[in-house]
Amino acid sequence: MSVPSRPLGRSAWWNDERSRELLFQALIVAAVIAILAYLGHNATVNLRRQGIGFGFGFLGHEAGFEISPALIPYTPADSYAYAMLVGLLNTLLVAAIGIVFATVLGLVVGLLRLSGNWLVARLALGYVELIRNTPLVLQLFVWWKLLQISAPGPRAAWQVLPGVFVSNRGVALPVPEYDPGFRWVLAALVVGMLASIALARWARWRQERTGQPFPVLATALALIVLPPAIVFVALGAPFRLDMPQLVGFNFKGGVTVTPEFAALVVGLVVYTAAFIGEIVRGGIQAVSRGQSEAALALGLKRRHVLRLVVLPQAVRTMIPPLTSEYLNLTKNSTLAVAIGFAEFFSVANTILNQTGQAIEAMTLIAAVYLSLSLGLSLLMNVYNRRVALVER
Amino acid sequence: MRSLKWFGFAVTAVLGLVWGDSARAGPTLDGVKSRGVVTCAVNTGLAGFGMPDQQGDYKGLDADTCRAIAAAVLGDAKKVKFIPTTTQQRFTVLQSGEADVLTRNTTWTVLRDTEQGFNFAPVTYYDGQGFMVAKKAGIKSAKELDGATICVQPGTTTELNLADYFRTNRMTFKPLVVEKLAELENAFFSGRCDAYTTDRSGLAATRAGKASNADDYVILPEVISKEPLAPAVRHGDDEWFDIVKWTIYAMIGAEEKGITSGSVDEALKSEDPDVKRMLGVTPGIGKALHLDEKWAYNVIKQVGNYGEVFERNVGSRTPLKLERGLNGLWNQGGLMYAMPFR
Repeated sequence: MSVPSRPLGRSAWWNDERSRELLFQALIVAAVIAILAYLGHNATVNLRRQGIGFGFGFLGHEAGFEISPALIPYTPADSYAYAMLVGLLNTLLVAAIGIVFATVLGLVVGLLRLSGNWLVARLALGYVELIRNTPLVLQLFVWWKLLQISAPGPRAAWQVLPGVFVSNRGVALPVPEYDPGFRWVLAALVVGMLASIALARWARWRQERTGQPFPVLATALALIVLPPAIVFVALGAPFRLDMPQLVGFNFKGGVTVTPEFAALVVGLVVYTAAFIGEIVRGGIQAVSRGQSEAALALGLKRRHVLRLVVLPQAVRTMIPPLTSEYLNLTKNSTLAVAIGFAEFFSVANTILNQTGQAIEAMTLIAAVYLSLSLGLSLLMNVYNRRVALVER
Repeated sequence: MRSLKWFGFAVTAVLGLVWGDSARAGPTLDGVKSRGVVTCAVNTGLAGFGMPDQQGDYKGLDADTCRAIAAAVLGDAKKVKFIPTTTQQRFTVLQSGEADVLTRNTTWTVLRDTEQGFNFAPVTYYDGQGFMVAKKAGIKSAKELDGATICVQPGTTTELNLADYFRTNRMTFKPLVVEKLAELENAFFSGRCDAYTTDRSGLAATRAGKASNADDYVILPEVISKEPLAPAVRHGDDEWFDIVKWTIYAMIGAEEKGITSGSVDEALKSEDPDVKRMLGVTPGIGKALHLDEKWAYNVIKQVGNYGEVFERNVGSRTPLKLERGLNGLWNQGGLMYAMPFR
């Protein structure tokens, strides 16, 4: 038998684990690049063959279609890019309102699920199971149809309160007319809020040192409400309401919450709250029973036990899954296309169709939702780091 | 769910653009022949133009255009496959190659014909955009619609004309845009919108097909746009474009010559050299189109001439009760005109 001439302990490079790893990784990267290049080349060739121009220049062209509702002044003479901004603001509004209300409702549902009252706990369970296990699109349609069918036409609108009209065009609400004095009222409000934050810090500092509690909530409320009210009265109460009025077909003046917007927000809130409820329940149950027993033994009241001992610990486990629910809510708002609310996806969809720039429009859609999601995750991660257990 | 379906289509379209290998010249005819079926993108449901009947069979002027193409290419009008599409899906379905031809009451516009990459065959229905309102609203003219909420399909020329019309007349409106036609019609009939706007033929179709009582709704007199509805094909396949074009001319030409599905066998014996060329008795045109010489005979025999198709689907004896008007033959005061068969 012949002995290999290579010295012992050194084998060929292809037998070396590290160089093999490098080789495989290089091959995979090369393959990915090759596939992307092939796809890109194909797309370019096919687009050129069909005579479709590629580029984002179309964004500056006149949109030519109307969008309603729009949060900023918009006319069909504005550009596609501006139309997208109008849609994006609508998406942000839905997401912001949706997240706040879904969190509140979810917290309530989660707590009710843990209620000692058999009926209440079962009702909460029924809600969660019903909502979680049916498609969201179906729920949106149900809310939309309910609003459409149950409300009368604008000429026969229900006047719920003076100036508040409910019809199948939505809910028309009066809004205060703008007055230059409002700036001072706003300033007073900000001052009051800053003062109450300072007050809360001081109260905490005092309680930690002396054990003396301070009625923070009531004082802060007074600090926030009273200064703006005083300024308002001092300015001679410049308060006029912009009342909705039936002019021709629809209500003019005030703000109108359309059935599509309402259906979308209610649908998203109800749907997401069911998931958040389960996260809240899980988070609370993850806090060991000994914690609340110990707190009770120390003489804390039940509501204090929940607020000071259980929830702060539960929140730590709740934040990561909560983040993903918030992201889901934001992305689910794209289902608005089905019920005709003009949010970003719907507007971009229309633009895609009017211009035929499919690849560009879809790239933009992807980029916008990616940025929204990453931004939201970032905020939630910052919060998560703040509430995370500090290990010493 | 629609939106998800739409998204599927859009993804398919992009993938189609990305993966598609249709760079060869004239691949559509080869594809149709090897599959043995002509695939047409049609409306999800518009009475008189493209709507499935109770047996699930697509009926309408657009559906018959598709059948005529199948008769010309494959010799059998039944060899068709219909893809129901919304306004938003229709172009991507055609672009991606999923459909061979778009026969879906689509308006011929310059940007669609150029930038968006389509070619339009001859117009099969000359239409114009109008408004429909509930009779009890007491509106007599579109000029009275200031401040109205108007139901409109997104991604249509209708949507753009609407905005233009209100801008021109210094009026305002609130659009309600819903992609799925049936949902939009429901929204209008439930009173969510003051008016519904689309092509006037479409208004007649919706009123005839969806209103609980058709007499409760009126179509306003204003025609605010020109809507020439024509089949569309992809850029880059001239052979297929020619076939679609001449199939339609064959139907119009047959009506000009007074040939119907009933009389076409008789017409084979005609001495008229035009008729002999068209029906392939004198061969040549079929070969030029890369089709069987009997192509036009098959179209007329199995589907009928343009007038028959019109009367069958949208004419005065149908619920739509549309007059021939602009869609009459050129020598009878209309715009339908077949190019010479020589």
